[in-house]
Amino acid sequence: MIGRGRWPTLAAFLAVTAAVVIMPAERSGWAWGGVLSFLTAFAITVAIYSLFTLGLNVQWGYAGVFNFGVVAFFMLGAYAAAAFTKEPAAGGFDTYVGGLGPKLSPPFLQSEEWLPFLVGALAAAVMCGLLAYLLSFPALRLREDYLAIATIGIAELMRNVVVAERGLVNSERGLKGIPRPFYSFFSPDDYQYFYLLLALALLALVFWATERALRSPWGRVLRALREDEVATAASGKDVTAFRRQAFVVGAMVMGLGGAAYAYERGAVSPDTFTHFAGTFIFWAMLIVGGSGNNRGALLGAYVVWGLWIVSLQLLGYPLPEALRVRIFYLRDLVLGALLVAVLLLRPQGLLPEERRVSLWVERLLRRPAPEAAGTRPAAGRAPTSGPPPR
Amino acid sequence: MAASTSSTNVLEVRDLVAGYGEVEVLHGVSLRVAAGEIVAVIGPNGAGKSTLMKAIVGLLRPRAGQVLFLGEEISGLPPEQLVARGLCYVPQADNVFPSLTVQENLEMGAYLLGRRGRERLALAFALFPELAQRRRERAGRLSGGQRQMLALARALVLQPRLLLLDEPSAGLAPRLVELLFAKVKEINAAGTAVLMVEQNARQALKLAHRGYVLAMGQNRLEGPAQELLDSPEVARCYLGE
Amino acid sequence: MTALARARTFAQGGWQELRYRADALTATLLWALVLSLLVASALSSADHFAVGLVVGSIYALAALGLTLIYGVLRFANFAHGDLMMLGAYLAYFALTGAVVGTRQDVHLPRALEGLPAASQRLGDLTFGYGLLLATLVSCLALALLCIGLDRLVYRPLRRRRAGVVIFAVASLGLAIGLRSLMLLLWGPNPRLFVEGVFPARHFPFGVLLKSDQVFTFALAVGLAALVYLLLFRTRLGKAMRAMADNADLARVSGIDTERVIVWTWLLGGSLMAVAGVLLALQAQLNPQLGFVVLLPVFAGAILGGIGNPLGALLGSLVVAVAQEASVGWQLWGHQLDPTYKPGVAFIILIAILLLRPRGLLGART
Repeated sequence: MIGRGRWPTLAAFLAVTAAVVIMPAERSGWAWGGVLSFLTAFAITVAIYSLFTLGLNVQWGYAGVFNFGVVAFFMLGAYAAAAFTKEPAAGGFDTYVGGLGPKLSPPFLQSEEWLPFLVGALAAAVMCGLLAYLLSFPALRLREDYLAIATIGIAELMRNVVVAERGLVNSERGLKGIPRPFYSFFSPDDYQYFYLLLALALLALVFWATERALRSPWGRVLRALREDEVATAASGKDVTAFRRQAFVVGAMVMGLGGAAYAYERGAVSPDTFTHFAGTFIFWAMLIVGGSGNNRGALLGAYVVWGLWIVSLQLLGYPLPEALRVRIFYLRDLVLGALLVAVLLLRPQGLLPEERRVSLWVERLLRRPAPEAAGTRPAAGRAPTSGPPPR
Repeated sequence: MAASTSSTNVLEVRDLVAGYGEVEVLHGVSLRVAAGEIVAVIGPNGAGKSTLMKAIVGLLRPRAGQVLFLGEEISGLPPEQLVARGLCYVPQADNVFPSLTVQENLEMGAYLLGRRGRERLALAFALFPELAQRRRERAGRLSGGQRQMLALARALVLQPRLLLLDEPSAGLAPRLVELLFAKVKEINAAGTAVLMVEQNARQALKLAHRGYVLAMGQNRLEGPAQELLDSPEVARCYLGE
Repeated sequence: MTALARARTFAQGGWQELRYRADALTATLLWALVLSLLVASALSSADHFAVGLVVGSIYALAALGLTLIYGVLRFANFAHGDLMMLGAYLAYFALTGAVVGTRQDVHLPRALEGLPAASQRLGDLTFGYGLLLATLVSCLALALLCIGLDRLVYRPLRRRRAGVVIFAVASLGLAIGLRSLMLLLWGPNPRLFVEGVFPARHFPFGVLLKSDQVFTFALAVGLAALVYLLLFRTRLGKAMRAMADNADLARVSGIDTERVIVWTWLLGGSLMAVAGVLLALQAQLNPQLGFVVLLPVFAGAILGGIGNPLGALLGSLVVAVAQEASVGWQLWGHQLDPTYKPGVAFIILIAILLLRPRGLLGART
């Protein structure tokens, strides 16, 4: 075990920060203006991806819902946001539903700068929540590994639909020219700083909300559930309802993430939403950072995306051709290996969860251990719930 | 009964501490089983009886204390190795392989012997003729009583020195319990020592030579089975149906 | 027994009977659906049906490996598809000795295709005995790799009694790693074992199949039969089934479960390698293909009843036939877009998980 101490966390954070700051600076000849712009782009992506890891944490870390189809919500959120803010389809080669942008811009308060985007983001969240709600009925009855394969399938099916149905969201061509909130207020160069503030504000809001939810009575039930589902059910709580709620809330957060992503990129297409880039990477971030733990979700996004950027930066250095061509594959390999290493050596992740379980759960846990053979592994759900039974 | 010195003890448990995760269930339990004895461990629910079994047989790693089998330390050894030494265990629930036939179940009991194991099955079938009639049936289709018999037979194929039984009467009708216990007596008479954990305290003590009372993960009482049966304290606390 | 106790047993028996009947009902419905699907597609388009059988037999081998590993090791191996593909690439490497270089492939000085007449086509097949040898090499290599991965990753997790989820995530991480490895060594461009266009043979009912495909089907069925024999007639096979039922009970019976696990990986790994080679023969060598076949293989294994080898065979055939036949289906007046082919597998999967998770032949849990 790589210790339970804080030093790996600090080391990882410092290493990533150093690499992310020094590499571009050194390569650009210490032109800090360019570096600042670069770091801003980096921070925006980390902020947006953190939304996904936070949402995943609510689903998995809080309620043990094993969602391996995050990309489905990512996709839905991004496309929904685009549909609500773009101009209607021009016809010809571009065909898609929605295009409510102009309809949502009544001519006052310069509403075209913000109202469609607000509506789009809310729509993204609502639609994702709705999808999660509908899925939860069949999904929550499944055992975890079956749920994983089912969610993978749902995501793939969604991609199928997007590509196959020509008129839906422009299939493979994707949607381009998604407008950005308050774009006309800033010069193109300065806009990203504004967007960073916007993204950070959104992240702060979501973080605050999820933390509050965790410490609320609702959150306590979820934590008790994770520790021991049997006891919690026995005390009269409707286990499935709580998990459904967590699933929906997490999905809504992911929807917001999708919207933020769409506005920032300005274009989305089915290629963006692969299993690797839309599901696996968030799981890697969450596990590396510390699952069951909101701060860990943020740190994980930071560290993993930092790794990503570093690999891109490495391309700028004179490398042998053989290595240069393979950088991205090496990066993916390292990420996969990192995930496995974390699971083996430090399963609680970089930021271990605080053991803050309420008195009520403590009392529940002090009852005698189950004597029947072959109990289902309730304690195996979350990797951070203390030392595993031997 | 021979004097119970460590040299004739088949099993000795000294101050065993064990538990699951953060919860400690056994807080220092001791017992012994001499050659040829039937020892019963009784006590209320939650006393740690099953945990004790699992810790002895290697399904659970003890946190402190010792387990000695035939004079050798076995604490922490995996169950496969204990079977080779002559210690066989019958779990309380899920104690047969449901998708395997009766014959195949017994073959698993004889797994260690490789291909020669098949000869040993004849002994098991001799002891349990009802099973011989059903050798090609899937174990999952057997009735509760037949399953218990099969579970017991499976553990006996290797003619172990010590048999560990975890609540063998659980879920059985009284008539079947009598039958089962009669079989256990037969097995014991043939030379196998038996350590039995039981909810059905009265029946268990009637069968056993000696008994231990376990409560809250600790030893409470011990002594010859008849003494425990006659004791008013035991009757009051542990023998009520 | 008192009258009350007798009444209670009777009521319990009645309830059991009802559950048994309801269960039998879903089973009958499912079988009826499956058989009618098979018959309908066979009748409507024999050609698609035949291709479905071929693809299904490949899935079946993969599903066999998956179901074995699931039964004995108790986890859904999400790296299964990528391991299959790696098996194909390992055979390719054994055959040609080629890895991707900067502008051109880099070759080992010797490779199996250098053996005399190794590439000479065997009868009507597109490949020579070189590929067969290469496949054997790949079986061994992949099996050893699986054992290595088990030692390195899965066994520590087993020791720790980690939950199902951890295993799944770990296998996903391994899947990504393996895919990257394949991309690193052989590049993203698809490859073929044998270049060239080969004519298909004509069979009755308008069925067009290449000899390779017939070979695939025959080999897959043959291997499945061998696996079946192993599981039901050998001591090791029975131990595997016993472990699939109850691993702890297997241990207290004296079975060395770690040994059985090694054999399971040997067997599963070999099945994966052969399935991978057959898949690459049928389609192509492509690092992304592993993930694409993961869903249909899982669907097949689960439809048949996870843990049951015969079920794996049957379920995979059904899924593949459904996928191939779906191209001819009509939905709301529109022809179903071929893009949806993988979606068919998913729909089957979801339906089974909801209606009858233990599939056609799975054991009652």
